[in-house]
Amino acid sequence: MKVTVKLFATFRIGRFGEMTKEYQPGTTVGDVLNELNLPPDEIGATLINHRHVEEDQQLQDGDTLSIFPLVGGG
Amino acid sequence: MKEVRDFLCKQAEGDLLPWRHQAFAATHFGLSIGQVERLALEAGLLPSRYQRNRNMLTVAQQLRIFCGHVAVIGCGGLGGYVIEQLARLGVGRITAVDPDVFEEHNLNRQLYSSLAMLGQPKVEAARKRVAEINPAVTVIAHKCAYSKTNSGDILQDVDVVVDALDNIAVRLDLADTSAELNAPLVHGAIGGWYGQVSTQFPGENTLRKIYSRAVNAKGVESGLGNPSFTPAVIASLEVAEVCKILIGQGKTLNNRKIHINLFDMEMIELQY
Repeated sequence: MKVTVKLFATFRIGRFGEMTKEYQPGTTVGDVLNELNLPPDEIGATLINHRHVEEDQQLQDGDTLSIFPLVGGG
Repeated sequence: MKEVRDFLCKQAEGDLLPWRHQAFAATHFGLSIGQVERLALEAGLLPSRYQRNRNMLTVAQQLRIFCGHVAVIGCGGLGGYVIEQLARLGVGRITAVDPDVFEEHNLNRQLYSSLAMLGQPKVEAARKRVAEINPAVTVIAHKCAYSKTNSGDILQDVDVVVDALDNIAVRLDLADTSAELNAPLVHGAIGGWYGQVSTQFPGENTLRKIYSRAVNAKGVESGLGNPSFTPAVIASLEVAEVCKILIGQGKTLNNRKIHINLFDMEMIELQY
């Protein structure tokens, strides 16, 4: 299945902004985070098609997964 | 009070009340500037300082804003700009909370920091500044760290809470307490070129969702720091949310978060 992954803010550095690639059926959001070597304590938000999802959410063909780093300063 | 109202109506130019008459009325009748402002607005008069608001805010809405009480938790990068804009908007009561004094590394971004203010409490700087720009506004300054134990005192009678904190764990406490007290919370956070804004109304649990993965973690700001412009952008968006909540109009960011990337100039909406 084809999934588009979008990275935001600092996660783009040394990676990419947007990429569409093939994933095995059953792939979860957490699997993609691991594959991209994104540390769990730096993740601010994960969305599928603009909606907030958790890491155990399975991806579907045609989904867009957006990954944002944590922002907490003031 | 009828005597004061009659005086104000007589001195008004059209429906505008010039500052010199507002100040004179306060002295002459032994009232505060804020008391005179309220009487003027109730009489349908607009203090002249707000005349550029008038095509977007009615006198009745200006009165609602004046009767509002907004708590700003944190008076650093975000909080300084938030307080400045709330005071110029005409919010009648601002509670300002921060335990810190100004240090040299604040000078790159914190509005009320200056060489002369180094070592001075941030809440005291905010109180002095607001008195200079809009003496109708009352600032209730708390030089302490916001915590669960003092939240009841700090957030008493507050209509809107503004999150200008720099710490995720305390933010989540603030979100929980705001919900318990039935107060809307406007959330803002910054880090480097990036920032985010959201609004949580009672019964929603947006902050807990936003920070569901990282209760005790630090964000991108720990590596990037914060420049001069990002706090000003995010603070302005927070104040726009406060304004809409106080007048009860417009579309707020409830169940939504705006992610702002000033490096690539993107604004992305996230739904929660």
